[in-house]
Amino acid sequence: MPHDLARAALQGLLTRTSVPRDVVDYIVYGTVIQEVKTSNVAREAALGAGFSDKTPAHTVTMACISSNQAMTTGVGMIAAGQCDVVVAGGVELMSDVPIRHSRKMRKTMLTLNRAKTLGQKLSLISKIRPDYFAPELPAVAEFSTSETMGHSADRLAAAFGISRLEQDEYALRSHTLAKKAQDAGLLQDVVPFKVPGKDTVTKDNGIRPSSMEQMGKLKPAFVKPYGTVTAANSSFLTDGASAILIMSEEKALAMGYKPKAYLRDFVYVSQDPKDQLLLGPTYATPKVLEKAGLSLSDIDVFEFHEAFAGQILANLKAMDSDWFAQNYMGRKSKVGAPPLDKFNTWGGSLSLGHPFGATGCRLVITAAHRLKKEGGQYGLVAACAAGGQVNDAVLHMGP
Amino acid sequence: FVSQELNSFNTSNIFSLGYACRNISTSSALHSKTHVSCDIKGDVAVVRFNTPNSKVNTLSKQLSAEFTDVMNEIWANEAVKSAVLISSKPGSFIAGADLNMLEACKTAQEVTQLSQDGQKMLEKIEHSPKPVVAAISGSCLGGGLEVAIACHYRVATKDKKTVLGTPEVLLGLLPGAGGTQRLPKMVGVPAAFDMMLTGRNIRADRAKKMGLVDQLVEPLGPGLKTPEARTIEYLEEVAIGFARGLANKTVSAKRSKGLMQRLTDYAMALPFVRQQVYKTVESKVQKQTKGLYPAPLKIIEVVKTGLDQGNDAGYLIEAQSFGQLAVTKESKALMGLYHGQVQCKKNKFGTPQKEVKTLAVLGAGLMGAGIAQVSVDKGIKTILKDTAQKGLDRGQQQVYKGLNGKVKKKSLTSFERDSILSNLMGQLDYKGFEKADMVIEAVFEDINVKHKVLKEVEAVIPAHCVFRPVTPPLPHPQHSIAAASKRPEKVIGMHYFSPVDKMQLLEIITTDKTSQDTAASAVAVGLKQGKVVIVVKDGPGFYTTRCLAPMLSEVARVLQEGIDPKKVDAISTAFGFPVGAATLIDEVGVDVATHVAEDLGKAFGERFGGGSIDLFKLMVQKGFLGRKTGKGFYVYQEGVKNRSVNSGMDEILEKFKVPPLSCSCSDEDIQMRLVTRFVNEAAMCLQEGILSNPVEGDIGAVFGLGFPPCLGGPFRFADSYGAQQLVDKLRKYEAVYGSQFTPCQLLLDHANSPSKKFHQ
Repeated sequence: MPHDLARAALQGLLTRTSVPRDVVDYIVYGTVIQEVKTSNVAREAALGAGFSDKTPAHTVTMACISSNQAMTTGVGMIAAGQCDVVVAGGVELMSDVPIRHSRKMRKTMLTLNRAKTLGQKLSLISKIRPDYFAPELPAVAEFSTSETMGHSADRLAAAFGISRLEQDEYALRSHTLAKKAQDAGLLQDVVPFKVPGKDTVTKDNGIRPSSMEQMGKLKPAFVKPYGTVTAANSSFLTDGASAILIMSEEKALAMGYKPKAYLRDFVYVSQDPKDQLLLGPTYATPKVLEKAGLSLSDIDVFEFHEAFAGQILANLKAMDSDWFAQNYMGRKSKVGAPPLDKFNTWGGSLSLGHPFGATGCRLVITAAHRLKKEGGQYGLVAACAAGGQVNDAVLHMGP
Repeated sequence: FVSQELNSFNTSNIFSLGYACRNISTSSALHSKTHVSCDIKGDVAVVRFNTPNSKVNTLSKQLSAEFTDVMNEIWANEAVKSAVLISSKPGSFIAGADLNMLEACKTAQEVTQLSQDGQKMLEKIEHSPKPVVAAISGSCLGGGLEVAIACHYRVATKDKKTVLGTPEVLLGLLPGAGGTQRLPKMVGVPAAFDMMLTGRNIRADRAKKMGLVDQLVEPLGPGLKTPEARTIEYLEEVAIGFARGLANKTVSAKRSKGLMQRLTDYAMALPFVRQQVYKTVESKVQKQTKGLYPAPLKIIEVVKTGLDQGNDAGYLIEAQSFGQLAVTKESKALMGLYHGQVQCKKNKFGTPQKEVKTLAVLGAGLMGAGIAQVSVDKGIKTILKDTAQKGLDRGQQQVYKGLNGKVKKKSLTSFERDSILSNLMGQLDYKGFEKADMVIEAVFEDINVKHKVLKEVEAVIPAHCVFRPVTPPLPHPQHSIAAASKRPEKVIGMHYFSPVDKMQLLEIITTDKTSQDTAASAVAVGLKQGKVVIVVKDGPGFYTTRCLAPMLSEVARVLQEGIDPKKVDAISTAFGFPVGAATLIDEVGVDVATHVAEDLGKAFGERFGGGSIDLFKLMVQKGFLGRKTGKGFYVYQEGVKNRSVNSGMDEILEKFKVPPLSCSCSDEDIQMRLVTRFVNEAAMCLQEGILSNPVEGDIGAVFGLGFPPCLGGPFRFADSYGAQQLVDKLRKYEAVYGSQFTPCQLLLDHANSPSKKFHQ
């Protein structure tokens, strides 16, 4: 169950940071597909991980940026003087999603609860027809447009004229860089997890640098038969949980911690969920930079969520287009595209996988680790989400 | 399988055709192409249609000639292995043949020649050794569809603007460039008949399912170009990909037919089954058109010939029939209506100073809610106000039901429905009226109530706001409403037709005081609501009600003469009216009809006489108000289709019985009695300046009152029947019945100078 994964992440955090449990004022977790039994997964996982039962916990959801929302909620609570120490995180268990009975069946079952006599019960049961047993899977499509995200990504890539070749090349880059980072031991944010009855998972298991030829053989996954988005150039869904410790500066210093990174500023924006579903980073980046008083060239480390290779490339093109900035963003000029040598250099969601609710924390902590490793000053994190929403955040190293 | 209403012939919402008209300049130089261009991209030739200075592409002589030249170049060019046909206009592939070109033809032979030229060209494409792919975005109708189905492969943009169809039948024609022969082979005989006999538009996704197109391309959002520009570019790229694939045999143009289609194809191969199908379709068409429309029957004949006797015979009869049909008076009438409709889709008052963004509708009755529905789905914020919660609930439910019906038919998604409904605000008070740009009042037809409402509204609305009393068939002159207004220049009347979401016509009534801008604003809203708008001067009954009243009076007279309602209905539908005359009274409501007859009788005196008003009054007394009370001339029961004559009427009709007068009781005479009074009154409206032109008169009569479309409206009918003949008939009846048949001066003028026509 998801809370098991979340529990492991929380325990890992406790071990890594040695933060005393009773110091934690609040816990916020993000998740997308909710397990009905643990709808407030934050609370269940916290209790299971041995946090104090006096520490309140709540769960937030905002599609792929759920854990971004968890972190910023925590930041907001600290800023409002509600808390000093917050644990934020996210969890997703894609390998076991709740599948429901059909509406007709649910209705029958609920009525059955109220039936008093055996006769009433039997007459209800006799009304069940084979079609009642057809299960309802969680929707993979955008509710407002009924379009799957892969389909939207394919259209986005086409709108910006991104070729299949470019997408495959980018995907290969993501896998290659992730492999390199993994081999160099840079992905230190991973906590080993013992799967009950199976082996312990100690590292990301989706990194598979392949060849352009092999990737070129794949058929389009969404827009058939002529689309460009394939299984190889999309992020894959996986299980995962993440956790991050957030403190006010005074509290951290008072407790003798050296902050990994400071969250300088963040924004949320949203746009058309049909045609610009995955184009959020383009909109959010100039905004957050303005808010933080920085320019693109100040940023040393870019960490963007890679939903699809085509989506990343479309965003890069959009950010580099004055025409787009003027006609769709109401800006005088483009913000500029991040240079690739600073961009997702340790891999990304394409190669590491994308557990919806958990990805945000991974992006932030990777950015922090990269800043530290490369001696950079500022990092920029961006992630888009279903519903056409997006979160952009600026991190920096020193006070 | 011609299940979909062929009565689209009769009802009003048919003329949304893809045909378009343009004036072509034939003088353009031969060597410089202005309508068709060609790019070579690698080994693929991209042929672009672009009719200059027009929103749509039409198959004109010029375009066809250039297209032929370009194709010949492509066939001669060895470097080119395949071709893509595409339009430079995102909203229109080819919207059909150039109507001016057809109308300029003097004889059937000339039209047949045009058809044969088209057939030859498309046959060459069909047999082209280099594969040709049609890349369709926007309207692909009539001749445009025939071009597309002659190609080897079709790729279409899946958006709302992309529609495919064969609307020729709605103009009294048939697909004349091989369409009748190719379509049955492509989509199967039943589906082909359905398309050609109804002329309906088919959306891209449906076309894919039917096998009419091979691939769909989703429209793109903003990128480094506008969505429209990039989408058509993308369509081209995808089509080029398939063209290459077809040329190097990595793509097969053969599509796998579904089990159902294979079964029907198998069945249709059996002559016996085919004969049965023809018979069924024929009898259905006969029933629905009453034999008044020659085109559908010709279509069946032409398809039949092609299937039974082979292509050569099929193409020959197609071309011949096309020529014959083009010169029929039915076709001329339908084309006239089409032109009229195009004209009534334009705002002759220009652009209003302020666009109406917020609309308030007073009264959530059938009419009010209908108006709200056609407004919210066009993105106009609409306040629906009623005085009682119950009435408001009913109205809101009506709007929801109307939109939800579209969701069920998949023309809207449930999300779109929800977001449209968010434009609707139902309320009982005048909150928010200060933001209203226009108030439409649809409350009871009681002048006192109207005055009271007007005063209440004027207290709350902003200065620029237009006030528009809706005017169901009752003849309250608008000036009396304007008289009560503090700002009469902002008052304008509008006559919607129920059900508002189905009926296309809107009659706008201006008073002497109505300002130009108010009229512009009213017409703009009507057009936005998707209406065909006619603008008439104020006067009792305006135009439509005034024409209808004398006819209904004559219906009463006919009933009094002992002809039973079923017979009256049969006689009037046989003439081409979509709804029988007796049924029409039931639908309008006997109480309303009484009211109209009384008021107009007062205003116009004897000319509106004929039948006895007391007959209607007694019906009202007995509660026989028509459909709304379940009883009128007929008995209406929920779920019962074959309604029976109301036996309670026997006594009433007996009471008012008058002896039939000699020599004017044949079916034809009865039809003419009804129609001549209608036409005479219409001419009177033109004579008095209520109507500003005959075109609006024809459009109003056909789209609002169901005047037989095959006759093209009262004025076109007067032209084709002959003013002299009409006057003769009127004189004949005048001698028998009295002055209600006295022909008006305008008709007399036309009769006296035979060269005078309402439509030149």
